[in-house]
Order: sequence, then C-alpha cells, then structure tokens
Amino acid sequence: MKRIIGLLLACALVLGCAGCGGNGKGSGDAADTKSEGVMTYAEYAAADVDTQVVVETYVQAKQSWWDGQGTFYTQDKDGAYFLYNMHCTQEEYDKLTPGTKIKVTGYKTEWSGEYEIIDAAFEIQDGSYIAQAEDVTALLGKDELIDKQNMFVAFKGMTVEAADESGAAFLYSWDGSGQDGDDLYFNVSANGQTYTFTVESYLCDNTTDVYNAVKNLKVGDTVDMEGFLYWYNGVNPHITSVTVK
Amino acid sequence: MREKIRAAVLASILAALALAGCHGSKGLDPFEMPASFDSASEYEITFWAKNDTNKTQTAIYEQAIAGFEDAYPNVKVNLRLYTDYGKIYNDVITNISTNTTPNVCITYPDHIATYLTGANLVVPLEEIWSDPGYGLGGSQVRFDAPTVEEIIPEFLEECRFGGHTYALPYMRSTEACYINRTYVEALGYTLPETLTWDFIWEVSEAATAKDGEGNFLVNGQKVLIPFIYKSTDNMMIQMLRQKNAGYSTEEGDILLFNDTARELLYEIAEHGRSGAFSTFKISSYPANFLNAGQCIFAVDSTAGATWMGTNAPLCDISPDEIVEFETAVMTVPQFDPGSPQMISQGPSVCIFNKADPQEVLASWLFVQYLLTNDVQIAYSETEGYVPVTSKARSSAEYQNYLSRSGEDDAAYYDVKIQAAQLLLDNTDHTFVTPVFNGSASLRSAAGQLVENTVKSVRRNETVDEAYVEQLYADVISLYRLDQPGASSAASRKEDLGPLPATAAALLASLAAAWVLIVVYFVVQMAQKRKRIAE
Repeated sequence: MKRIIGLLLACALVLGCAGCGGNGKGSGDAADTKSEGVMTYAEYAAADVDTQVVVETYVQAKQSWWDGQGTFYTQDKDGAYFLYNMHCTQEEYDKLTPGTKIKVTGYKTEWSGEYEIIDAAFEIQDGSYIAQAEDVTALLGKDELIDKQNMFVAFKGMTVEAADESGAAFLYSWDGSGQDGDDLYFNVSANGQTYTFTVESYLCDNTTDVYNAVKNLKVGDTVDMEGFLYWYNGVNPHITSVTVK
Repeated sequence: MREKIRAAVLASILAALALAGCHGSKGLDPFEMPASFDSASEYEITFWAKNDTNKTQTAIYEQAIAGFEDAYPNVKVNLRLYTDYGKIYNDVITNISTNTTPNVCITYPDHIATYLTGANLVVPLEEIWSDPGYGLGGSQVRFDAPTVEEIIPEFLEECRFGGHTYALPYMRSTEACYINRTYVEALGYTLPETLTWDFIWEVSEAATAKDGEGNFLVNGQKVLIPFIYKSTDNMMIQMLRQKNAGYSTEEGDILLFNDTARELLYEIAEHGRSGAFSTFKISSYPANFLNAGQCIFAVDSTAGATWMGTNAPLCDISPDEIVEFETAVMTVPQFDPGSPQMISQGPSVCIFNKADPQEVLASWLFVQYLLTNDVQIAYSETEGYVPVTSKARSSAEYQNYLSRSGEDDAAYYDVKIQAAQLLLDNTDHTFVTPVFNGSASLRSAAGQLVENTVKSVRRNETVDEAYVEQLYADVISLYRLDQPGASSAASRKEDLGPLPATAAALLASLAAAWVLIVVYFVVQMAQKRKRIAE
C-alpha cells in the first residue's frame, strides 16, 4: 500500500510540476477542429446546465486521482472546461498528461458559479495542445471575465495585500485555520480592487515552487501570476506560478 | 472558500479494501495498563483532529495541547489538522499497513469499525477508564477530568460496538433546519410547532412560483432553491428511521434497499424535478443560498450554525449579496411530529495501540484532557455543538453562555446557541445507526440514492420502478455492498486474495519443517522402543 501511495505522490508531483511549470506554448494546428457530434466551445457555453455535453478538449493540468475519479483543467483554442471527478482508472489518469486530447461526454453543471462537466466519460484522441496564459488582468472586476472561466490565464503587476487583520500575506485555508500542506489563500489587488487567489493544494502541493513562493510573499510585493481561472462565488483563480517583480 | 470539502467527500469506497494490504501482519499485543505513568521519559504523540474550517477551533486544539503539556511536560503532542472525517479515515487506513497510525484520532464510530480489522489496533477503553489512578477522573490525573458517570450516557453508548467501547465522545451535534421565516410567512404560511415533511414540501413547492419575467415571486430573484439538504446520507437515514423502515441490523445486514426507500425516492424526485429541492453536492452550500435569500429551508449540522442567517459571523458570499430575514432554527422535518427522531453526530476520539504501553497511557491522558471543562466548553461555543459531559453542561460558565443568546453576533450569536439548545432539548430523540465494518459505505450509499435521483430528474430522466431497481443495483455495486467483507468483519478474510509467493514459500517450508520434525520424532520413538525391546 505504501508503494502505491508513494507512486501516487510521485505521479502527483510530476504532474503537479507540469501544472505549475510556468508558461505554456500553443501547439497543434487542429486544436479547434471538432469531430462530428462534438460541441464547439460556444455551443458548450450556451448549453443549459444539467444537459449532456460532448466536447473535445486538451488536458492542461490535473488535481488528483482517487477512487476511480480525477479532476482536470482542460482547454481548447476557444475556451476551457473543468472536468470534475471524471471517471478514470489510475492508469488512464497517468496517461492524461498536459496536452493530451480527449473527447469528453458528460453533464454540464454549475456549483457556486463554477461551470464544470461532471459524471463524464472520455476517450483519448490524437492531437496535442498546450494553452498559453492569456493576460486577463484588465478584465478583473468586469463581467467579461467569466467568459474566460477555467482558462489558463496570467495576471500582471498585482500587489499583495494583507490576507487578514493580522497583516499576514497568506493564510493556510481560507480563514487561517489550516496548516502547511493545506490550500493557501492570499489577496492581491489591481486598480483599487482586491481579489482572493488560491494555491489549490491538490493541484500544486507544498513541494511545488508556487506553494513556497506564496509562503514567501510579503504585503506590498508586486507579482505576476499564472493559473487557472476557477470560480467560487466569484473569481477565485487557482494559481500555478508566482513571480515577485 | 470552503469548496475543498466537496472534493474530499470521496473517502469510503476503496478505503476499507485497502486494509487488505495489512494481511500477514502479526499485529500488536493487547494494551496492558502500566502500574504508573513514567514521568521521567520523553513521549511524543500525534493527534489527528478535525475542525470545521474554523480558526477558533484550531486555536482551541492548540490551547488544549499547551494546557496538557503544562500538566505533563514530558509529553509532546503533535497536531495534524483535517477539515473532514473522510480524509482522516483514508489516512488512518493508509497508515495502518505501515504501523504509522496516529496516537489519538478524532473519528466516527463507523470508521473505527473498519480500523478494528487490524489486530489490537484500537484500544478498548473500559479497563483504562476504570483504573483508580489514571482512569477518568483518577487520583493520579493531574487535571480536573470528568468521571465516566459524567459522560452523557447516550453519547458514550454510541461509541460502544463489538462488545467494547472503542472511543469517547468529544463533541455532539445533530442536524437542524435553518429557515427563512420571513419568506415562509410571505408565502402565507406559519411555521408549525414541529416541522414536518408535508409542510416543508408544500411550502417549497409554493415558493417555486415565478412572475412573467422568470423571477421567483417570493424573493424577486432569478435564483431560488426552496429546500437544500447538506447531508443526503443523513436525510435518507432519518427518513427511514422516522418511517420505522429498514436501514441495517446491528449485525450488519443491509436493509436499505427497500420499498419505503423507493417511495421516498419517488417523492424526492418529484420535488427535485420541480426545482423545489436540491442538495449540497448538486448546488453548493445551503448557507450561501439561505443568506442570499435564495433558499428557505436549509438543513445542515448544528455545527454549521455560525454560517446561517443574515448576521452570520462566518459567510462565503459577498456582503452585498446578503439579504435581511428572520432565521428560525427547528428540528429536521418529521413524519410523526409526536415522536421526533433525529440523528446524533459529531466527533469521537479513539486511541491507537502502540508497542510501548506508556505511549498509550500518555495518549489516554491527553484524551481525558479533551474532556475537561475548559476544552469542552470552549470548543462547543465555536459552533452549535454541545459538550459531552454533564460536568461541563451544568457548569456556571456554560449555563451563562446559553443564557446570553443573541447578545452579539459573535460569541453569543443567537442562531448558534439556538442550534445547540435544540440538541440539548432533544437528546432523548436522537439515534445513531448500527456500527459494523462496512457501515461507513452503507451510509454513503444512502446518500447516493438521493443524489442520483435528484440529478436524474434534473436531467429529465424518468424515475420509476425500473429506474430505482437499476439505481439500487448501481449503488450496491459502487459501494461493494454485495461483496463479502462489505458488511461483516467476520468475512473480511475472504477479501485478502491469493497469498503472495513469498508467503506461500514460507508456509511450505514451515510445513516441511514440521514434517521433518514429526519424522524425526517417529524415528526416535521407534529406536527407543527397539532399545527397550532389546
């Protein structure tokens, strides 16, 4: 059992590093070519919740595998799809490395503002695509930001603000009730507005560069960041890299 | 902010099977109480604790550790925090095979039943707590611990299964229905003395009326889920109990998949289809919807009370989304208001056996410390928990706390104290489900029936007899309830699979050695007889 856990951790580390590895590069000319019966991103975005959706997308990063399910950040040229608890074996999960093209059939749902695909099955297809981070700093606070939901994005020149009344630059868990290894929460501002960003520990655990970079942040630092534009009652990006300027 | 909990509620399916990895291990000798505690040696123990993503609770754990270490300077307690029981369960099982379990662990009795498949892994507590020196409130204990008689008997009984008491209660809660009374009355209804399922369904359906522009009439918003249930495991379990229908026997026979459950699913499907009902897993935290005026009946633990209501001290949504309303706190809906029944839940604490009895004794002393008034009262005040000892409950400090309900929206937040009072008033009406190896999976299966049914009707699928038959089969398969070992410890060995080659070789060599010994013995006897004959 210990070996299995060790293997899992090793895989998580490797894959986490892939997810936290900084700039991606676009590749694969066929990224936006859909097979018959497959939705375009626009069709997916327009679909009602609780309806079945079929999409072709590319794995960008993944959170974790447990008990026959994995959670993935995926994206095509036009938009992103968060695959929550997609059915897969451990072997399949291991094959779903960043860039892998998959056809996904599942149900669109919404959970606290986060649109995602659940109860999904998938097939691996030929093709590869790694999204480049799109700078969405100027969209913060604007309604259009939600159009980029779940995409790999960048935030430039934001300022680290105090995470709580004690003046801490980050918190373990949302209210500081956690410990090393838990999610990190930190506040950053741009144009006078402050936002809460997260290092999701299932995506980037406490061995990753980004986790340790956030632990070393100081209030007032100016930072560039990349991550996935997750939503929880408003924008709540899952950050995969932080650079102090 | 709290969404991580959703991802972590995956625990129980394979977890029990992971214990198969323990086969072949000899196990520990049963714990024997030392004559005295060794104060001259240094001991380090680990405590895996669960908090409700609440930094005050974290601080209380840290304070408890500091207080204990003051009393026992040769014992160091290392705290590891979790935010859900499922993750603790997984990690304990993972660590059983490597003999790296914690010393002390916050857990549920259902989970302990699985841990018990390891030999002498969890320490039975009757002998320890009755020790005159180091037992509960014993003469050698260096702080004011409760006696066993001062632990609420119903709560202590919940920790007894398989002929022993394997845990002590740490905190207790039940579920409550947090109600937007303002909207109920706006819809023309008055809350009854005891909330019933008929009432909640009727009001919830009435609340789904919309105007011509698609806004709900009662709140003027585009979003309203009148009734949201956080734990659908509890929902189904309590419904069945209130209906006096089967769930499981004490021996672990599974009765969940019965006709009453089927009828309940039909009713749930009807209200899921109309949009009157949803669940946490499908829609998100009931508190968020309640506080935004988008939910009327939110069922959640009394330990979630600080998130409920217009003035809730904890909140996940932005202040501009919160609406003004009056919050009522009531028992979960009942089928028979004359005989209310509700689940008893909340953390218990168990001790894992170790090779060094002194280390176990140190763990036991720490567990006692968690039951002192200081810890019990402080922790219970963080949420709608109640202390598990009469000693704490009857203390002037705790009575003063209860009497100050509503004095502010922090320490004396009225919804929180009402939730705690609800359990204090209804302890006699609480119940727990039978504990056996596999009961954790059965609990998850009960909730899965509700979740799948609601998801299906939202997807315009038909929920009929054939659907429920298939659902039963799928859920039985998913949780392996049809496999040996899923429901009884006795059949656990059947899960272990073929012996590894090394073990088979070892057994073969042992057998061969015995054969040789017997042959040698026979030859010797024959020679001896021959000599005697000569």
